[in-house]
Amino acid sequence: MRRDLFLRTTAAFGAGLALAACQRGPTSVPDLQPSPEPSVTFAPNAWVHVRTDGTVAVLINKSELGQGVYTGLPMLVAEELDLPFDRVRVQFAPAEDAYIDPVFKDQTTGGSTSIQDMYPIMRGAGAAARAMLIAAAAKQWNVDPATCTTKDGQVLHAASNRSAAYADLAVAASAEKPPAHVQLKDASKFTLIGTSPKRLDLDAKVRAKAVYGIDVVVPGMVYANVLKAPTFGGTVATLDDAAARKVKGVLDVVKISSGVAVVATNTYAAMHGRDALNATWKNDGPAAHISTAKMFADAEKLARTTGVVAGQHGDVDGASGTSVEAVYYGPFLAHAAMEPMNATADVREDAVEVWAPTQVQTRSRDAAMKITGFPASKVTIHTTFVGGGFGRRLDPDYVVDAVEISKAVKKPVKVTWRREDDMKNDFYRPMSVNVVRAKLGGGGRVVAWEHRVASPSIVKRWAPPMFQKGVDFSAVDSVTPAFYAFPNARTTYADFEPGVPVGFMRAPGANWNTFVTESFVDELAHQAGKDPLAFRLALLDPKKGARARSVLQMAADRAGWGHPKAPGASQGIALCDWGGSLGALVAEVTVNGKDVTVHRAVMAADCGVVVHPDIVAAQLEGAINYGIAMAMTAKITFTDGKVDQNNFYDYTVLRMKDAPVIETHIVKSTEKPSGIGELGTPPIAPAIANAIFKATGKRVRRLPFSEGLA
Amino acid sequence: MATLTINGTSHDVDVPDDMPLLWVIRDVVGMTGTKFGCGVAQCGACTVHLDGQPTRSCVTAVSQANGKQITTVEGLSPDGSHPVQRAWVEHAVPQCGYCQSGQMMSAAALLAKSKAPSDADIDAAMSGNICRCGTYPRIKAAIKRAGELS
Repeated sequence: MRRDLFLRTTAAFGAGLALAACQRGPTSVPDLQPSPEPSVTFAPNAWVHVRTDGTVAVLINKSELGQGVYTGLPMLVAEELDLPFDRVRVQFAPAEDAYIDPVFKDQTTGGSTSIQDMYPIMRGAGAAARAMLIAAAAKQWNVDPATCTTKDGQVLHAASNRSAAYADLAVAASAEKPPAHVQLKDASKFTLIGTSPKRLDLDAKVRAKAVYGIDVVVPGMVYANVLKAPTFGGTVATLDDAAARKVKGVLDVVKISSGVAVVATNTYAAMHGRDALNATWKNDGPAAHISTAKMFADAEKLARTTGVVAGQHGDVDGASGTSVEAVYYGPFLAHAAMEPMNATADVREDAVEVWAPTQVQTRSRDAAMKITGFPASKVTIHTTFVGGGFGRRLDPDYVVDAVEISKAVKKPVKVTWRREDDMKNDFYRPMSVNVVRAKLGGGGRVVAWEHRVASPSIVKRWAPPMFQKGVDFSAVDSVTPAFYAFPNARTTYADFEPGVPVGFMRAPGANWNTFVTESFVDELAHQAGKDPLAFRLALLDPKKGARARSVLQMAADRAGWGHPKAPGASQGIALCDWGGSLGALVAEVTVNGKDVTVHRAVMAADCGVVVHPDIVAAQLEGAINYGIAMAMTAKITFTDGKVDQNNFYDYTVLRMKDAPVIETHIVKSTEKPSGIGELGTPPIAPAIANAIFKATGKRVRRLPFSEGLA
Repeated sequence: MATLTINGTSHDVDVPDDMPLLWVIRDVVGMTGTKFGCGVAQCGACTVHLDGQPTRSCVTAVSQANGKQITTVEGLSPDGSHPVQRAWVEHAVPQCGYCQSGQMMSAAALLAKSKAPSDADIDAAMSGNICRCGTYPRIKAAIKRAGELS
C-alpha cells in the first residue's frame, strides 16, 4: 500500500513529541514465549513494562513476519531508555485500542510501515519511561531530576556518585505521572539505532521454539480441515458425509460459510475425512466460468479504450514527437507463504479467544465479533509468530473458518489449510494489462508519457473509502514515477473486475507497474540510441529525482555498470520508489532459449535512518528473491472458473540452485525512516528484463519470463 | 500401534499405518518443530532424519519409520549448540523462520557427509527446501560456516 497517500496524522517527527499515543494499556499480557512474569511491573504506557527482575517487556503492535519488527521496534524503546538490549523481552500486544497504528487507525502490519509509523511512538514510550524512572530516583535522592542521567539500565547522579537500577526503581516510578512531553535523543547520541544487535527471535527460531499459528495447542482442542468451493462464490448444493464420518478420528462434519469442515482428533484425520466428503456445488456468480485468455482479452480492450484519469499534467495529446507504444501483460500470482493458512479459536458461552498468525488483529477481532455477536471486550486475539505474510494475511478468512467451526462444535478448534487450499483460495496479486505510450522529441527526450492500466481493484473491497472517483491508487502506483521529469504525462485506470479475489502482495501495484515502467523506459532508451543508465539520469527530475539519482548512481558504481562480473552475463538496470524509499538494482543475467539465469543482483537503497542495517540488508535480499520468484515461472491461471495450479510442483518458486549472489548497499541518511520490507521486489524483474534485452535483443512484455520468452 | 524412537526417546502411538510421520510427530507426539508446508515432498519444511537420512516426513507413512532412529529439529542439540544452529545465528539466517527447521535438517545431513561442501553440493542438497523469505544466500554462507565449526 502506498501509505503516503493515507492522511498522515502521526505526531511530529523528532524531539518534543506529544505523547498522545502513549496512553496506559493493560499491565499484564500473556506471553507466547513463556517467562515468569514478575509480580510487580512499572507500566508507564502501553508499550513498556519495567519489571523488577531487571528485564523490560516491550509490547509490539506489529506482527513478526520475518521482517524484523520483533527486534527493530524494541530497539527504539531501548535506545531512548538507555537499556542494554539483551534485557528486552518482547510480547505481541493484544487487539486493544492502545495499540492501533496511527496511520492505519487499526492494528495492521503491512505496507512497509511498521518502523516509519512507530518510530516516534516507540521512542517516545521509552523516553517517557526513562523520565519517570529519573523522577523516582531524583525524589529518593532529593536531587534535581535534570542532574540525573541514565546508562546501562540505571539512573545515575554523578555529583553524588549514586546509581539505581531500573528494576529497583520500578515500584517507585509507578507512582510518577507520565510526562506530557518528552525530549527525544539527538541522533548523534544514538548507541543502538544504526547498529545490528542479535535479532531477538533468532534463538527461538533456530531451536524450533518459536510458536507459529500452526503450532498452537489449547487444552481440549480438536483439528479441522475445510473443503472449499472449487470456484469463487460457489456454495454447497448437495452433501453426503457418510463416508467422511466413518474415517477413524473424525468427530464431526459442519457446514460453514466457506465450505464444509471436517473436525477430527488430528489434522491428518481431518484431511482424510475431508477427502471422503461427497459434495456438489452451485455457482451463479460472475466468476463461475472465468478463463485466463478471456480475462486478458477483456482487460486489454478496457486498457486501450476506457479509463478514469488518475493523474495528469501538461498536454499529452498536443505534444509532438515520435510515438512509441507497448502493451504489457501481468498474471495473477499467489503469495504462497510457507506456513499454510491456519488459526485456532475457542468460542465459549461468554467469550471467544483466537490464536492466529495474522497481519490484521483488528480485522480478526471484528470478524470474531460478527460471527459470535460478542462485544470487543469479550474477544481476545493472540498473535503468534507468522510463517510468512507477504500481504496474504491482511485478510482474516482463516480466522473466520476457525471461529465458525468452534462455534458449531462448541470446542476449541485449530483449522489448517492444505497447500492446495491456499493456492486456490488466495487473495491474488491482481492481473494487469498496461498500455504505455510515449513521444520522443529531439535528442531522444521524452516529451510525453501515457500509462493506461486495466486491473482488478484491491482497495475497493479491502478499504472501500479509499476507492475514490473510480481510481484504485494502489493499482496505478509507480506507473508514472514522480522522480522522472515527464513534461506531459497522463495515467488512466480501468477497474476490470472478473470476480477473482485480489489482495495486497509484497509491493502491491509497484511489483507489476515498476516492471512495465522500467522496461518501457529501457525501450525508450534503446529507441533514442542511449545507454539505459545515462538515459535515466537525464530523465530524472532535478529536485524530485535527487534521491533516485544517488541510488541509481550507487547501484551502477557498485555493480560496475558496463562490466558484468558473471562470465558471459549481460546487465540490466531499474529504479523504483516504494514506501517512501528509493531503490536501484543492477541484475546480471544469461539467457539460454527461454531459460533465464540470474547470477548477480546489486541493489542500492535509501530508506532514511537505518535502525538495524543487517535486517535492512536481509529484507532487500529476501524481497529481491521474492521478486525473482514472481517473475520467472509463477502464474495463477483459470480454466472454467477453477484455479489451474495446485502446489509447488505447478506453482514454481525460487529455489537455492537458482538464487543469485546479492549485494546490497545502503545510503547513509538522516531523513526520517521509510519502508524497507518491499523495496527490493519491484526493481528486480525489470532489471532482469532489461538484461535479457541486452543479451538477446528480445523485449519481454509478458510475465512470467518462461512465457514471455516462449 | 507403532513404536517410534524420536531423538532417542521411545513413543507408543495408536495411529493408522498410513498416517504420515509428520502428523504423528506434530499432532500425536506433540512436537511442533517439524513443519507442514506442502504435503507432497515439494518444500522440505517437514524434513527429519531417518537413520541419518534426510526424509520428507509428510510423505513417509508412520509404518516406514517403525524401528528407525528418527531425529527431528529438536534433536539437533539440547541447547542450540549444533554447528548448523550456531552458524544460523552467526549469519542471522531466519526471517519468518518457518522453513528453517527443514533447512537446518537438510544442512545437517549434508554436513554429516562433507564438512566443506562446494556451492554445487549445497545447491544439490538444499534445492528441495523452499524458503519464501528468500534467505538462500545466508543459508549458503551459514552451511559453509557450519562446516568450519564442525
